[in-house]
Amino acid sequence: MADYRNSTFMFVLGAIVALFVTVQSIVFLRKAWQEGKRRGIAAEVMRKTVLSSAVFTLVPSLSILLTMLTLSGALGLALPWIRLSVIGAVTYELPAAEAAAQAMGASLIISDIPVSVFSVITWVMTLGIMSGPIFIIFYFKKLQGRVNKIKVEDNRWGALLISAMFVGLISSFLGSALAGGVVSILTLFSSALLMVVCLMLEQKAGFKLFKDFALPLSMIGAMALAILYSNLLGGI
Amino acid sequence: MEKTTRANQSYEQSIHRIGRIWMSLALLVILAVPLAISVNFQTWPALGSLMGGLLPIMMIYVPIGIIEVITFSPMLGSGATYLAFTTGNLTNLKVPCALNAMEIAEIEPGSDEGEVISTIAVAASSLVTNLVLVIGVLMFVQLAPILSSPVLQPAFENILPALFGALGYLYISKNWKLAVVPVSLMVVIFMIAPTAPVGILIPVSALSAIAAARFMYNRKMI
Repeated sequence: MADYRNSTFMFVLGAIVALFVTVQSIVFLRKAWQEGKRRGIAAEVMRKTVLSSAVFTLVPSLSILLTMLTLSGALGLALPWIRLSVIGAVTYELPAAEAAAQAMGASLIISDIPVSVFSVITWVMTLGIMSGPIFIIFYFKKLQGRVNKIKVEDNRWGALLISAMFVGLISSFLGSALAGGVVSILTLFSSALLMVVCLMLEQKAGFKLFKDFALPLSMIGAMALAILYSNLLGGI
Repeated sequence: MEKTTRANQSYEQSIHRIGRIWMSLALLVILAVPLAISVNFQTWPALGSLMGGLLPIMMIYVPIGIIEVITFSPMLGSGATYLAFTTGNLTNLKVPCALNAMEIAEIEPGSDEGEVISTIAVAASSLVTNLVLVIGVLMFVQLAPILSSPVLQPAFENILPALFGALGYLYISKNWKLAVVPVSLMVVIFMIAPTAPVGILIPVSALSAIAAARFMYNRKMI
């Protein structure tokens, strides 16, 4: 069989999925924009949100693209494209594909995966990540009702609860980075320091753009420094 | 006032209706991919092999999927939750993106305005990721050697510290009292088990932060 993984059929599937995600994003963008107008949020604020989010997304998207290229060696280009366009993440797709390949006595390190193994991999990668979306369809509205109730009963605690969740999320990654070796720790602190510099430039020198793009600027700067640290320290 | 409340409730109702419809459609589209592959290549997985691959994955990712909804949805709001859980990449992209957008707009997460800004941010982010992936597919030959060059590897390997260092400063400088317990707990856990998966520890960290917040709130320390 010719390379079925990179066949036109597979790319047509990829295009359908990409089109679906694009349409859904536009529908939700439109709906939120209308709601923002109704609530009196300035169009300028919403435009700025689109721009800053788009710029921020570029670097993490390159990392997702890198995963697509990594997976393409074993799975072709189309399947990783499909999988990384929908629910899932870099941290999920690779273990899921490897677990499926191993169940068939194969591995992702071989580049000529038989179509029977490929089929099992696609099923496992798809079915393994369905719990979140299914939970949302049946229980999210109820869950949101409970959160809203907390906010109505005690507004201050409601706000604190959400802040605590944010801080909890961030803390888990800080802990991981702090225990991840010297380069990881230096990159973490460099990023924080660059954020301080961006905010100071905005506050003291009045450069508004430094606030709007502080996160991508800090991130790119810290990633560039990670290359320097890694070369200086030999990848500790 | 009553009119505004009614309008807010009507938005809330309609976003859940639209969200459920799109989420159901998304599940159908996503499921259609392996189905189409099996039909087109005439190869159906044997139940034994399928379960052999699926069970170890589901044991980890079924609880993670549910916990992610419970943890992230109050931060993201309704519209952004429906969209982010279709387009994926939550912890490394969509949630930080929504946080950053609300921070720039100086809007409280979880507020009515936060719902709007968060949805706009996640939608814009999904569109950009989609575009980058399409460009990646079209320019695979040109991009592959650049992105996988050894020079750039340390940068991509450290993308999460680079993201959460800056984001951490933004939030922890404002809520440092909330951060003491979860950061200390996570550092200890990762020092004992450096390879522990972050995904599993996010709810542990979030729960410790909530417990510490409640303790301090009850004692009027925050």
